[in-house]
Amino acid sequence: MLTLGSAVVVLLSRNVLYSAYSLLLTFVGIAALYVLAGADFLAVTQLMVYVGGVLVLLVFGVMLTHRGDAQKSVAQRATEPNVVRTNHGRTLAGVLVAGGMFALLFTVIQKADFTRNEATFYDPITRVSTVPDVGIHLMTDYALPFEVVGVLLLAALIGAAYLSSIRN
Amino acid sequence: MPVFYPLLAVNSAIPLSYFVLASAALFSIGLGVVVVKRNAIVVLMGVELMLNAANLNLVAFSRYDPDLKGQMFGLFVIVVAAAEAVVALAIVLLVYRRFQTVDLDEVNEMKR
Repeated sequence: MLTLGSAVVVLLSRNVLYSAYSLLLTFVGIAALYVLAGADFLAVTQLMVYVGGVLVLLVFGVMLTHRGDAQKSVAQRATEPNVVRTNHGRTLAGVLVAGGMFALLFTVIQKADFTRNEATFYDPITRVSTVPDVGIHLMTDYALPFEVVGVLLLAALIGAAYLSSIRN
Repeated sequence: MPVFYPLLAVNSAIPLSYFVLASAALFSIGLGVVVVKRNAIVVLMGVELMLNAANLNLVAFSRYDPDLKGQMFGLFVIVVAAAEAVVALAIVLLVYRRFQTVDLDEVNEMKR
């Protein structure tokens, strides 16, 4: 519920950096939920990739794309708090779309009735750790996607470096 | 020598529907962020939230799967999301250089 609360802060806060920090809290909360679902490898991956990588990237993006008030001098700007704000537009449409989506998902989930299946069909599989299984699957069944994802990452890296090195 | 696996103790304590509901709420919040916010970077944050919500579903259901298909898929989703974030941020930087703003409502050159 920590996760959901901080996600709501991402939605409501007008300060971009507050959004970023509550997004951090959300990602940590999701990692905790992964642990509760028995996916320890994914939880650690989530922490490393999102908290360590994507979030730092986003904060850098905020830093690089922020332009202070051009009318004020540097000395003036240095004295006041450096707040990056974002405006809200189309609030009504946003509330309608997101609320409608949640209502739809909620009704579908209510009708799906997972609890009965859980009680009669399966029990959750208890594992000591998912790391060995994940490793074995990566190298056998999922070898091709693994390689493809490696190439994709390389392409993204080169593409991003190229895009951000263009000077007009 | 006894080995302690703290993850084992908490395994399967929570019913599946809670995961699914939390994921639905996260997805809706992400959607709301994408629609409402006008800063391109905050919109990216919303996209990340939605990807995480989908991932949470995959992981929650893969608890019942001996092959761990959901977790493998979730792993690849994380990688692709990272690549997406990198490229999108590079594009946002280019947009900022060209328009001197990241406000999505002011970047409307193709409308004029």
